[in-house]
Amino acid sequence: MDTAVTAKKKWWGGGYSPFNVSYGKLMMWYFLMSDAFTFGALLISYGTIRFMSTSWPDPNEVFKSAPLMGHANLPLVFVSIMTFILIMSSVTMVLAVHAGHQRNQKAVTKWLAWTIVGGAAFLACQAWEWTHLYHEGAWWGRNPFLNVDGTPASTNFTNFFFTITGFHGLHVTSGVILNIVILINVLKGTYEQRGHYEMVEKVGLYWHFVDLVWVFVFTCFYLL
Amino acid sequence: MSNDATLHSHQQELTHGAVAHDDHGNGHEHHHEDSFISKYVFSMDHKMIAKQFLITGIIWAIIGAGFSVIFRLQLAFPDTAFPWLETILGHWAKGGRITPEAYYALVTMHGTILVFFVLTAGLSGTFSNLLIPLQVGARDMASPFMNMLSYWFFFLASMVMMASLFVQTGPASGGWTAYPPLSALGDASIGSRIGMDLWLTSMALFVVSQLLGGLNYISTILNMRTKGMSMTRMPLPIWSFFFTAVLGVLSFPVLLSGFILLLFDRHAGTSFYLSELFVAGKALSNEGGSAILYQHLFWFLGHPEVYIIILPAMGMVSEVLAVNSRKPIFGYLAMVGSLFAIAILAFLVWAHHMFVTGLNPFLGAFFVLLTLLIAVPSAIKVFNWITTIWKGNIRFTPGALFSIGFVSTFISGGLTGIWLGNSSIDIHLHDTYFVIAHFHIVMGVSAFFGMFAGIYHWFPKMYSRYMNNTLGYIHFWITLVGAYCIFWPMHYEGMAGMPRRYYDYSSWESFKQFVELNKFISIVVVAVFATQLLFVFNFFYSIFKGRKLTTTNPWNATTLEWTTPIHPGHGNWPGEIPEVHRWPYDYSKDGKDFIPQTVPVSPDESKH
Repeated sequence: MDTAVTAKKKWWGGGYSPFNVSYGKLMMWYFLMSDAFTFGALLISYGTIRFMSTSWPDPNEVFKSAPLMGHANLPLVFVSIMTFILIMSSVTMVLAVHAGHQRNQKAVTKWLAWTIVGGAAFLACQAWEWTHLYHEGAWWGRNPFLNVDGTPASTNFTNFFFTITGFHGLHVTSGVILNIVILINVLKGTYEQRGHYEMVEKVGLYWHFVDLVWVFVFTCFYLL
Repeated sequence: MSNDATLHSHQQELTHGAVAHDDHGNGHEHHHEDSFISKYVFSMDHKMIAKQFLITGIIWAIIGAGFSVIFRLQLAFPDTAFPWLETILGHWAKGGRITPEAYYALVTMHGTILVFFVLTAGLSGTFSNLLIPLQVGARDMASPFMNMLSYWFFFLASMVMMASLFVQTGPASGGWTAYPPLSALGDASIGSRIGMDLWLTSMALFVVSQLLGGLNYISTILNMRTKGMSMTRMPLPIWSFFFTAVLGVLSFPVLLSGFILLLFDRHAGTSFYLSELFVAGKALSNEGGSAILYQHLFWFLGHPEVYIIILPAMGMVSEVLAVNSRKPIFGYLAMVGSLFAIAILAFLVWAHHMFVTGLNPFLGAFFVLLTLLIAVPSAIKVFNWITTIWKGNIRFTPGALFSIGFVSTFISGGLTGIWLGNSSIDIHLHDTYFVIAHFHIVMGVSAFFGMFAGIYHWFPKMYSRYMNNTLGYIHFWITLVGAYCIFWPMHYEGMAGMPRRYYDYSSWESFKQFVELNKFISIVVVAVFATQLLFVFNFFYSIFKGRKLTTTNPWNATTLEWTTPIHPGHGNWPGEIPEVHRWPYDYSKDGKDFIPQTVPVSPDESKH
């Protein structure tokens, strides 16, 4: 960051990064584009199959339970909490990245730790929901929920639900692991020595992406 | 990490950039000797990784092409026994005749191996690795470690695929496209059992390898260009590798999604691709899925894949033709623009593989239009190659011959694409030998020609020796004539309606007329295969015994790779990375034969 950037600087002329980013961040952006295609393909497949089906279960009926609430009818309450937790973990990640810019090791540690807690809490919620659905008889290849019109539903409702939320959960899990690795490095002072906290920014990009994907997954399975 | 003093200067070199790539050079570790393992096995030098990709690709090419020889024998001599086949294939060729199951396994693995392991990993893996850092002026890839991982994931994928050849029930045998329900139901055929699982596993590892490689190629090209190497001063191979990598990074993940769903269908009782099926007279409970969905996901990769195969060949051919005609490439920006257009259109034409699946004809019309549009950038490229060599002072090196051969086969195979791209004609030609002829000429033979051009041309850079020219000429002429003799007659068979993938055509009244033609094709196949072995001999012989290089710039080329020493170490340039002052195609300019990119523009020089 030694040369002042003037308007006349030839960004594409070689010898510089044209976007003024490190190769690592560039790779992360391209990887996220790639991963967007992975999720895009899965969600479009879901849309295709659902569009081909004459009827589909009502999410308000399927997702109406919450832990410790017995048989109370609470449609989408639990998943809203899950979503809130995940989005809050994105907020704490923003704060961690911000603290990294200010090279505030203590603040980075704090906010990154909260992000990890948020991610773990989301995964715990997902584990509960999966277990609950499993006990209701739902799994890959098994669908106990009836269609909105009362007819037996295709197993593809549960097939897609477990595959796509599972694939997303796998991403959250790897995100939490990455965050833990980075947190250890923060505590060891690796980034203080290096003089910047760019690694926090990179995992931050990944974390926000995973959150963004959840918004689409949430919409597809719980709202539509 | 390996090093000689070259990486030392790397640090200073990059600090004047707005972003210093300082987590790279490990300058404090220099002067230590490479061990055998770190130099030849787990190497992080892009040049060594390129060689690893190339040699692995050559091994796969021999296997994949060898398979085609075996199934061509079946097609030519369905009633003849070849006892040696039983010797190598065991119960797959009882009595010296291959079984139908073995036949399907052979055609499936032939396609998989050639498309993915040879012409994707072996071609763009080799030359992206070799040429990107050398031609843009970088010490190595952006992330040498990820680059190494890219090769080893490919190696792992190779091992799994290789293992699948040896399992009791045989490898995948439902065609290289692995369409469900055949690929989804283990009871449907023996090739749909463990062989199919290994196939999917191997391909998933392959996707990871492609992703690691592709991300590296993109960020190296964008971020690591030396001073003065603006995008429009990059040699055309680099542009082609760039678009290839973008295509791979954006299309392979879709294939991965398709495979994930297929794996669930195989093992978790799901019905993503399955609906209302009977196997051996028994109704299956699967319901609600769509086999066509898989085809969409597959061809969303499958079509860009053919450009992943052909774009690097196009780029290298452009370079080799300009160097050996001693003329600037004709229409540099048109070349870049047409590469870009092809890359965009690659994503918009996949359903032309699916015209007869019951695709809505209205939708088909759009895919016809977009498919035919590809003829425009393709034609621009062909015209530019021809005008590049037009009135050139051509040096007929083996590399130049293969480049010219590439243009020939690309035209011949490309023209039939215009027929196949029409949905109405495709109804007749779909799944016939016409399709086989089309894609083998336009992306099989052409991509191989581009690859051979690249190998003959850059061999001196890889091994500091030349390949033998005489063997190269024999290789070229037999391969060119042979390729046309093999694939040209297939057009006629296809127009007569002869379907692909049949085990024995002699039992069909309508195809009996082709018995002799099939024999002719197969005999040529054997001859061409033998010639490729000659090339392999030339390659390995020349590594150790070839004529030694005495100059750093054997072809009098302008690009940066020829400014490195004859034996470039890890880091490529012993001193500073050279600065670039001009585009790479200043040949025969102002009375000079060539002006390297590193020479500053003099004030009295004419404009290009």
